[in-house]
Amino acid sequence: MWEKHLELPSFHELLRKSHPELLPWASLEGASREEVEAALGGPHGTTVLALKHATGALLVGDRLATEGWHVADRRVQKVYKTDEHSAIAISGAAGVCLEMVRLLQTELAHYEKLEGAELSTEGKANKLAQMVRANLPAALQGLAVIPILVGYDLKMDEGRIFKYDVTGGRYEEAEFHAAGSGGQDARNSLKKFYRAGMGEDEALALGLEALQDAADENVGTSGIDLERSIFPTAVMTTRDGVFELSDERLREAYTQVAEPRRRARRGEEQGG
Amino acid sequence: MQDKAEYARKGVGKARPSIAIEYVGGILLVAENPSPALHKICEIYDRIAFVGAGKYGEFENLRRAGIRYADLKGYTYDREDVTARSLANAYSQAIGEIFSQQVKPLEVEIAVAQVGETPDTNELYRISFDGSIADEKGFCVIGGQAEELMRVLKQLYKGQQELGATLELAADALERGTGQKPQPDFLEVALLERERPGRKFRFMGTEEFGGHLKLD
Repeated sequence: MWEKHLELPSFHELLRKSHPELLPWASLEGASREEVEAALGGPHGTTVLALKHATGALLVGDRLATEGWHVADRRVQKVYKTDEHSAIAISGAAGVCLEMVRLLQTELAHYEKLEGAELSTEGKANKLAQMVRANLPAALQGLAVIPILVGYDLKMDEGRIFKYDVTGGRYEEAEFHAAGSGGQDARNSLKKFYRAGMGEDEALALGLEALQDAADENVGTSGIDLERSIFPTAVMTTRDGVFELSDERLREAYTQVAEPRRRARRGEEQGG
Repeated sequence: MQDKAEYARKGVGKARPSIAIEYVGGILLVAENPSPALHKICEIYDRIAFVGAGKYGEFENLRRAGIRYADLKGYTYDREDVTARSLANAYSQAIGEIFSQQVKPLEVEIAVAQVGETPDTNELYRISFDGSIADEKGFCVIGGQAEELMRVLKQLYKGQQELGATLELAADALERGTGQKPQPDFLEVALLERERPGRKFRFMGTEEFGGHLKLD
């Protein structure tokens, strides 16, 4: 029985062995993809994006949850701090996504407490890949989870971005990435205006602008809703920690930089 | 049973003492520990910390089991449902069962501390090698010379004070209880800070707590 002392300090592993019913991915035996999608009310919309800047990396996510043609929720949170040096953004089936975020948060804290040290950035990215891979059977039935992980690597002293595919494939992005139904539109926008080493404020303005472009083109993505004062969720991951940005900061970044730039591009008068 | 108790008491008696003591901002945890790597104090969950005394391997096992229990409970229900009281009870059951059913009892004594939302809702529990559990107020001492230190602290502790004064009080009690001035390099110090957002636990570095103490 001595082997039990050499088990991994992993919460995911603990659940798998002793409480598999608590894992996020439900097994839907016998259900077809069509049946699952019908039960959920159709495909999901989302745009989440990540970009590096001089002091770390930024994650931005829209707030809309849809059920088919209907708005399910206008204030959903898709970007979460996972520990002191990492944050996650999720796209896909909302229920599974949220549970996977909770599992990753618990996993990272669990490891840190047992080992007395934070997991390495690579370690976090690999662990998340295993969770995404474990969700593959559910993903094939229409319950995919496609996260973006952002971490501040204390050894390399820079922000890092990891994107995933549905099989748990893990790829590092050097500059930026966007996922979800509006991901392509956001990427197009980021590609045009991204530049290495940009400051936090500039990165935030670009992130908001890219999200707004995605919302323009993608019905499953919400932009900035000034009427209801609903702003995207934005989280800055830096050497000093992970910070959620306030609505005031987002409003300021948007009205000062992003919106005038958008107007100028559309050939409209400034400030009108 | 008597032999077992004697054996365990002797084992714990050889351990250096550790103190958990309330201050205005939370709970201060101080352990005499010559090793910078093998911790006696650790974080269990958001508001909860663990202090172990006795055989390292034995309380290390208890520590790991406690973290598993707390994380599992918080994941299943909610973070606020993880409480020191239920953890201390679980420890008491587990240690008590080992004491009564196994040939060799655990040579450990542990403390479980939880910082409350208000200064008067902190919780401190002490669990002995036979599983007996005590609910302490103000301060709690485990390990060797615990009784002497308790006696000293009963005289010195006059309600919650600022952190600096509380650190000095703990160092003073260690000195009087053990008859030796504690060495900063051999002290492990941690805090459960009420006002800290999220996880309340943090270690204090030698320089940081040394700034509050006049030990040398």
